This record gives sequence, structure tokens and C-alpha cells, in this order.
Amino acid sequence: MIRRTIGFLCLALSATLALAAVSSPLLLHVPPKDHARTNPLAGDPQAANAGALIYRDHCMQCHRADAMGDGHKKPPLRSDRIKSATDGDLEWFLRQGDLRHGMPSWSSLPETQRWQLVTYLRSIQ
Amino acid sequence: MHCRTYSLLSVAAALLITLWLPSSAHAQEKPYFVTYSHDLEEPGNLEIETKTALARPDGGGHYGATAMELEYGVRAWWTSELYLDGQATSQDSTLYTGWRLESRLRPLMREHAINPVLYIEYENTSGADKTILEVVGHDGQSDLAELNGETRREHQHEAELKLILSSNLKAWNISENFISEKDLSHAPWEFGYAVGATRPLRTAASESPCTFCAEKFIAGAEAYGGLGDTFSLTLRDTSHYVAPLVGWQLPKGMRLSFSPGYGLTGSSLNRVYRVGLAFEIPQVSGWFRAHNGGMQ
Repeated sequence: MIRRTIGFLCLALSATLALAAVSSPLLLHVPPKDHARTNPLAGDPQAANAGALIYRDHCMQCHRADAMGDGHKKPPLRSDRIKSATDGDLEWFLRQGDLRHGMPSWSSLPETQRWQLVTYLRSIQ
Repeated sequence: MHCRTYSLLSVAAALLITLWLPSSAHAQEKPYFVTYSHDLEEPGNLEIETKTALARPDGGGHYGATAMELEYGVRAWWTSELYLDGQATSQDSTLYTGWRLESRLRPLMREHAINPVLYIEYENTSGADKTILEVVGHDGQSDLAELNGETRREHQHEAELKLILSSNLKAWNISENFISEKDLSHAPWEFGYAVGATRPLRTAASESPCTFCAEKFIAGAEAYGGLGDTFSLTLRDTSHYVAPLVGWQLPKGMRLSFSPGYGLTGSSLNRVYRVGLAFEIPQVSGWFRAHNGGMQ
């Protein structure tokens, strides 16, 4: 019975890891609906200040205080890639994350705070 | 007295640890005590948390039971956690009651309306464990009223599987957990559930640092209980609780949470009070890379 239970646990773990390895490829394209969304707080200096605090609390540990990343796995946030993305793209990416490549999903932050963060990211470009 | 001293000591120890640690990051987790959401630890971060349950079963003494959790983000989709449990019962004794090791895995890499997480745990505890981190089968307050000298001789080697379903809708988190647990001896599978919902009191962040502003507080409720076992798949003699929750995000990356739980059936404890204190240490993995001459 013990052997069967341990076998079942190993099988469940293997299946989970296999599923994690093959499911959804890296997302390169934001859905058009999200791409077209506009930031309700765009250009608001108060939102940028609040976004700076959110950045300090959640993002700085990986992307560094100057938002230039670690030069390795954690990319810079002052970049052409961020400049060319729409606000909708950035909010969508914050919500989704990129779990396979180490970027957590920030869906746990309220949407208003994600827009505040996008406003801050725009202000430092 | 014994029990109160133990609880104070565990909170003081956690405070000392958190004050001693130099840097901080803010945890994003919800103030649930039993329910899990799909929030995982950020990769490379270590969260230290104590969860203390204070209660008094009918026919037993007041007790305080603490689980100390060390939670590490292995990957953005995989979190592992070690629990060290202990308890103190008034007019009885204080003792270490065992350890648990668990992993939580997100099989889907994208955010969906409902996000599944698989939870796998092995626990090696004694029968004296009173942390009530989950309620399954026909668990009841009579199990918690026995003397430590008797229950500590009972060894539990258990495997636990949970299916966690969780959604972030607007500013709400709604989570449902389906629990199955099996003692690795000849014992039946036991089943249980936990559901919860939380929301920050304000959704927008303030533009200057603050400690008491509304967005630092998360409120909600959770409900949990047993659903019988494979020998007796019935709600008879099962325990069920409903518990309001409040969490407070403190400075320096600390989080304090509190929950009074109310028993709903005769088998349940009348009340169980829970206190949690968490501290997150960012990018612990970077420390080791730095010590090995790598990039921090």
C-alpha cells in the first residue's frame, strides 16, 4: 500500500513537471484587445510616484534600483522594447508574467496598481 | 500559562529574526491560514512565517501550536516549503511535533480565470500536532484534548494532495482547495476542503510611503472542514469552521495576520484564534552565487 501511494505521488509529480514543460510557449504576441487598452492614469505624476513605490516593493529586487536589470537573466526596463510596447502590452505582461523565464505573474496586485506601475515605467524611459 | 509563554516566545523569536535581517521585500501573499491561493513565492525569495493557533478543546487545556514555515521560490511556477511544528498545552507540556515538506506547482504558464495549482506534501508528525493547518476526514476537537504524553507516541507519516483553484477577479482573490490526505500505514484516504476570499481595503497605492493606509490592509474570510474518508464518506462527526481574516502589510517586508475561527459543528473547536507573522528575504539565491564568485 505504501509503495503504491509513493508510486502515485511520483507519477503525479512527474505528470505536473511534464505538463509545465510543454504547456503554452513563450508569449510573444499580446491579444489585440489588451494591446489596444489605454492607461487611465497615463501621465499622472501622482500615479508615477505611487508606481515608484510599487516598483521599489516588488520589482527592484530583480530589475535593480536603476531599472537596468542584472545584465543577465533579469532584463533592463529602460529599453527600446519597453518604449515600443503600448501601455496595454505592459499591463497585460505584468498580469501574465512569464513563469517559464522567472517573471512572476502580478495578477495579485489590483489593476489600479498595475496601471500605476506602467505610468512609472513610462516616466523613467 | 505554559501555553501563553510559548506563544509569546514564538512571536518574539519571529520578531527578533525579522529585525535582525537586513533587507526586505513585500510579500504578495494573502492572509489565509488554511486556504492556499495560486500566489507562489517569487523565484529566489525566501519567506519565513510563523502561524500560531490558540484554542481550548472541550475536556482539554488551553494550547498554543506554532508552525514555522520556510518557503522558497524555486521557479516562478514552483514553490517549496518546510514546516517545523510545535505546541504547548497548559497543565501539560511543550514539545516539537514534527515537520512537513511540500511543493506547489502551477501546471499552466498563463493566467486564467481559474488557475490550478497542484500541492504535494509529506508530513512526519506526532499525534500531538495541533497546528490545524488543514482539517480532513473526521478530525475533531477530541483529538486535541488528549494528553501530550499519549499522543506524542503516535507517529503520522502522511501524504497530502491538494488541488488549488484560485482566481484574481478585479481586486478580489477567490480560492478553493480540495484536500486528500493518506496516512502511509493502513488507513483510509481522508478528504477536506478550504475556500476563501480576500480583498485589499483600497486598490490604488498611495504616492508616499505609509504604514496605516488602507491598501496595506487585506480583509476577507475563509471556511474549511472535513468531508469524511473512504471508510465513511459522510459529514457525520466532521469539523467545520468559518473564519474572518485580516492581514496588515508592515514596513520592512513584514506581514501580520489575524483570524478568529468559529466552529460550526459539535466536533469542531468552539473558537480557534490564529496569528501569523511573515517576513520575506529577497533573492536569497543571489547570496550563494555571490559567495561562489558569481554575479549577485
